[in-house]
Amino acid sequence: MGDFTFQELTSILAMQGFVGISLFSVLLLMALGLAIIFGQMGVINMAHGEFMALGAYTTYMLSMFTRTHYPELMPYYFFFAIIASFLVAGIVGYLTEFALIRHLYKRPLDTLLATWGLSLIMQQMFRTFFGSREVSPALPDWLMGSWMPTDSIFIPINGMFVLGLTTVVTFAVYYLMYRSSWGLNVRATTQNRVMSGAVGINTKQVDRLTFALGCGIAGIAGAAFTTIASTGPTTGSLYIVDTFMVVVFGGAASLFGTIASAFTIAQAQSILEFFISSSMAKVLTLLTLIIILMIRPEGLFASKVRK
Amino acid sequence: MFEVENLQVSYGQSQVIHDISFKANPNETLAIMGRNGMGKTTLFKSLMGILPSSASKLEVAGVDLLGNESYQRVAKGVAYVPQGRMIFPNLTVKENIETGLKVGKYKEIPDEIYSLFPVLHDMRHRKGGNLSGGQQQQLAIARALVTNPKVLLLDEPTEGIQPSIIKDIAKVLNEIRKMRDITIIVSEQVLSFTMEIADRIIVIEKGKFIHEDLREAVDADKIKKYLTV
Repeated sequence: MGDFTFQELTSILAMQGFVGISLFSVLLLMALGLAIIFGQMGVINMAHGEFMALGAYTTYMLSMFTRTHYPELMPYYFFFAIIASFLVAGIVGYLTEFALIRHLYKRPLDTLLATWGLSLIMQQMFRTFFGSREVSPALPDWLMGSWMPTDSIFIPINGMFVLGLTTVVTFAVYYLMYRSSWGLNVRATTQNRVMSGAVGINTKQVDRLTFALGCGIAGIAGAAFTTIASTGPTTGSLYIVDTFMVVVFGGAASLFGTIASAFTIAQAQSILEFFISSSMAKVLTLLTLIIILMIRPEGLFASKVRK
Repeated sequence: MFEVENLQVSYGQSQVIHDISFKANPNETLAIMGRNGMGKTTLFKSLMGILPSSASKLEVAGVDLLGNESYQRVAKGVAYVPQGRMIFPNLTVKENIETGLKVGKYKEIPDEIYSLFPVLHDMRHRKGGNLSGGQQQQLAIARALVTNPKVLLLDEPTEGIQPSIIKDIAKVLNEIRKMRDITIIVSEQVLSFTMEIADRIIVIEKGKFIHEDLREAVDADKIKKYLTV
C-alpha cells in the first residue's frame, strides 16, 4: 500500500466505500424480501434472485417502451418503473404462492427444491424472451454523472439515488411490519401460526400477501439494480448467495440485524476488493462470517426472551 | 348457547373422541374434568378448528361452525385460551392483546381488560415471553376476551401456576361471566378450582363423557376418584 499517498487512500476509501453502499442497497432490498418471507413462512425462496431479475427486466421493458412511444417522458419514467417492478414481481409472487408454495408448507426441503426449479424456469424464460445478452435500460440523464466533493473523489449519482430509494423502502417496511395492524398479523403468525388462527387471524391470507410483498421488494431491488449494472438471465442467481448470507448473519427475524449485516458484508467486500482480488475478498468475508456465526449461531441481533 | 352433537375426532385410524354431545348456556360455566390423556385438549382443539373433526351439529348462538377454520370460528364468537398459554413471546404485552382485535367490536384495548388484569397494564411494553407463567395466563385470557366472544374455551388454565394466582384467575373468570354474559368452558384437573367457578361439571374418560353433575349436587369424593390414577 506504500504506493498511495494519504490523500489518495482516503479518496479510495471514500469511493470504494460508496461502491459498497450501492451494493449494500441492493443486498438490503433483496434481504428484506427474503427475510420477511423466511421469517413468516419458513420458506427459503431460492427463486428470490429471479424476482429481482424480473423487476430489472420490467424496468428495461418500460424504458424501451417510453423511449419509442413517449420520448418526452424519459426523465420521469424511472419512478413508474419502480412501481411497475414492485407490482409485476409482487403479482407473480402472489400467483407463485397460490400455485406452488401453499401446497408445500411444513415441507421445507420440498419448497427449497420447488423454488429452485422455479428459478431455473424463470431464468430460461428470461433467456427465451430477452436473449442471453445482458441488457440495460436507457437511464434518464439526471441519474448519470457524479458528484465531486473534492478533486479526487467521484460519487456516482445513481448510487446516491439507489441509497435514497433503499432508505425509503426500508422505512416503509419498518412501518408496515412494526406499526401497522397488518404487520402485527405477520409477526404473530411468524411466532405461532396455530395460535394466530385461534385469535382470529386469517393466516393463509397473511402468507399470500407476505410472499407477494417479499417478491415485490425484490422487484424494487431489480429496478434499483439496473442503475448500477446490466441485467442478464442469471443476474439473480449471482446475488442470491450473498443475500442468504445477509439474512443468516443478521438473524432472520430482526430488521435492524438485516440492515447491519447487509452493511457489514457489502462494505467488507467492496473495500477488500480494491486491495486484494475479489475472490480472496469473498473468502475473507465468508471466513469472518463463519467465525462470528459459530459464536452467535442465531445471528447478530436475535432478540432474547424466555423460551 | 353453544351446542355440540356427535363430535368425533380421530388421529389417523384411531378415534379418540367418541360421539360427544353437550350444550352450554350463556352465563354458564361448564367444567370438563379428566385425567391426562383422556381427550380434554383434543376436544378443545377440535372445537377450535385446530384439529379436524366431524359432528352432526356445532353451533354458537344458532350460527353453524362446521367446516370453519379457526379464524372464522373466532369471528363467530369462539375464543380459546390454550394449554400452556401460547402467548406470542416476541410481541409486547400490548401487541399480544391487540392480535385479538381483528375481530369483535373493539378498535383498541378496552379499559375493562386492564381493570381485570392490572398487572398487564403495568407490563404492557414488556415482551410477552418475559412474563411469569401466571402473568402469561392472564395475558392469554385478555387476548381471548378482546375478540368479544360468546364462548370462551380455557384449556387447563391452572397448569403450572402458583396457588395465589390460581385464586385470582378463578375470581377473574367469575367476574367476566357476570360482566359479559358469556359461556365459559374450562378443562381442569384441579377440583378445588373447578368448584369455585363451575356451574356444571362433566367428567371425560377415554374420549367419552361418563358423568355429569350440577355444582350443588357434586359428590367431591366421586369426582376425585375419577381424577386419580
